[in-house]
Amino acid sequence: MSTATVPRPVDLPRPRPLADAMTMLGRQLRHARRYPELTVIVLLVPVVLLVLFVLVFGSTLGAGLAPGAPASRGAYADYVLPAILVMTITSIAQGTSTTMAMDTTQGIIDRFRTLSIAPGAVLSGHVLAATIQSLLSMVVVTGVGLAVGFRPHASAVDWLLVVGLLTGLSFAVSWLSVALGLASRTVESASNYPMPLVLLPFLGSGFVPTDSMPAGLRSFAEYQPFTPVMDAVRGLLLGTPVQASTVWVGAGWCAVLAVAGWLLARRLYARPRRG
Amino acid sequence: MTTSTPAVEVRGLHKSYGEHVVLDGVDLTVEPGTVHALLGPNGAGKTTAVNILTTLLAPDGGTARVLGHDVVREPRLVRACIGLTGQFAALDDLLTAEENLVLVARLHHLPAAEIRSRTAELLERFELTSVAGDRPSTFSGGMRRRLDLAMGLLGRPSVLVLDEPTTGLDPRSRRATWDVVRDLVADGVTVLLTTQYLEEADQLADHISLLDGGRVVADGTPAELKRLVPGGHVRLTFSDDAALGEARRALGGEPDPEALALDVPGSGDVATLRRLLDRLDAEGVTVVDLSIRTPDLDDVFLALTGGTRPTDQPQEALR
Repeated sequence: MSTATVPRPVDLPRPRPLADAMTMLGRQLRHARRYPELTVIVLLVPVVLLVLFVLVFGSTLGAGLAPGAPASRGAYADYVLPAILVMTITSIAQGTSTTMAMDTTQGIIDRFRTLSIAPGAVLSGHVLAATIQSLLSMVVVTGVGLAVGFRPHASAVDWLLVVGLLTGLSFAVSWLSVALGLASRTVESASNYPMPLVLLPFLGSGFVPTDSMPAGLRSFAEYQPFTPVMDAVRGLLLGTPVQASTVWVGAGWCAVLAVAGWLLARRLYARPRRG
Repeated sequence: MTTSTPAVEVRGLHKSYGEHVVLDGVDLTVEPGTVHALLGPNGAGKTTAVNILTTLLAPDGGTARVLGHDVVREPRLVRACIGLTGQFAALDDLLTAEENLVLVARLHHLPAAEIRSRTAELLERFELTSVAGDRPSTFSGGMRRRLDLAMGLLGRPSVLVLDEPTTGLDPRSRRATWDVVRDLVADGVTVLLTTQYLEEADQLADHISLLDGGRVVADGTPAELKRLVPGGHVRLTFSDDAALGEARRALGGEPDPEALALDVPGSGDVATLRRLLDRLDAEGVTVVDLSIRTPDLDDVFLALTGGTRPTDQPQEALR
């Protein structure tokens, strides 16, 4: 070979964070295609819950939504879909933590760490891929929702806002899940770390209105991050009045969670491992 | 010694985890274009030293420079100079062999045409062309290491760091890896390798640092190290106990009754041999067999690392 006698670099190689992030995104998307089982497994949870809650509990729960109104399964499908969409995001997060932990435990992360690439590229690749996966999965879940009786009444602007909010939440939760994947020592624990996130929609306005909850739980349910997002998405999809503040608070939570997840993930990525 | 910038320069490197001191003031100088072996038993601190040099780990004290770039202050410059092949193949098992190479090539920002040519060239060179489209999870240990090494070479590193490159490989793959290292050095690449195989260090290295308990306990060329220990002797074998006994009375030395053999310290030069045999002739003792044992790195290792034997080596590596 006549290739190795290259003079040593004297200047810092020009950083190309965007190109690096795109390369890593391509890797993650290829992974998702090569290992579809993981996506199917994480998608199963929201789909099963959607079908279960609408077809089995829907009539009864629907009756409790608006006392006086005729009990309807369809009304409950309309009510619960935003919660299921949020659960789709958090389920994908379980997959993201798992793949991040796989990178960490399988040693390939050391190859990336010793390449002169933008330090955030590995992480943003995972985050962008997870966000794309979440959005595609939510399209599937919405399709299932339509099949079991979900009927949106949203304008184009409403849809745009919904997509915007859910993209924001996907992005935020993905950063958190990458951080959780980096924090876990084994692949098994990595898939369990995001579990509280998966259950969080239950402890909010996702499945039943918060007024029906006991006082302590109710204040938690009203102020937890997912509630404003679910409330805003529900109102926008159904064409019912939504306070601008609900949308802003929802968007604010997305920003806070994204920054927190990003800071934590960067810190954990830079953390020297035991050698 | 040359006056150019050393490829690797380590001074007073310290690293500990809590109470446990892993590196206790390691000094190391690797001249450009040479192979330098860090030889030591498990737990000697080899991998920790490598992790610091490849910017994976921050030292607690001391300095480490690669081509003059400080690993703590200029990690990105260091990364641009090095290629790493770790103890365990760092591959992406969901990508094919070719995709693994392309991934790393992209991260090195090679132009599209060069990505194709380099990938093809490395697949060819490491005899992986026929399995380019297969995933490494189906590969043998040797093939995985070869792919790993190919990925480490994509960026045309000036300094290649190999952490136990042949641990767990069969003798044939081990020899193939040695050939690759020799080729690289012929092309001007500096290689720093860690190994627990004495033969590997002996075969490949221009310079050896013997690491034990986080310290460099000996440093020099293989020949220099061998001179450090007086391990040479002449082994004489006899037909019965009586002959062995007489020979021992005449020559001294260390008897091995099981083998009916006597180890007489001293180098195996002609003068010594003649003196020994003349002496035995005078005593009327017949020698059945004679062998000369020159000190090897085994002796250096045993003498300097407090008796810790290196790991079990394949039989063929024992001389």
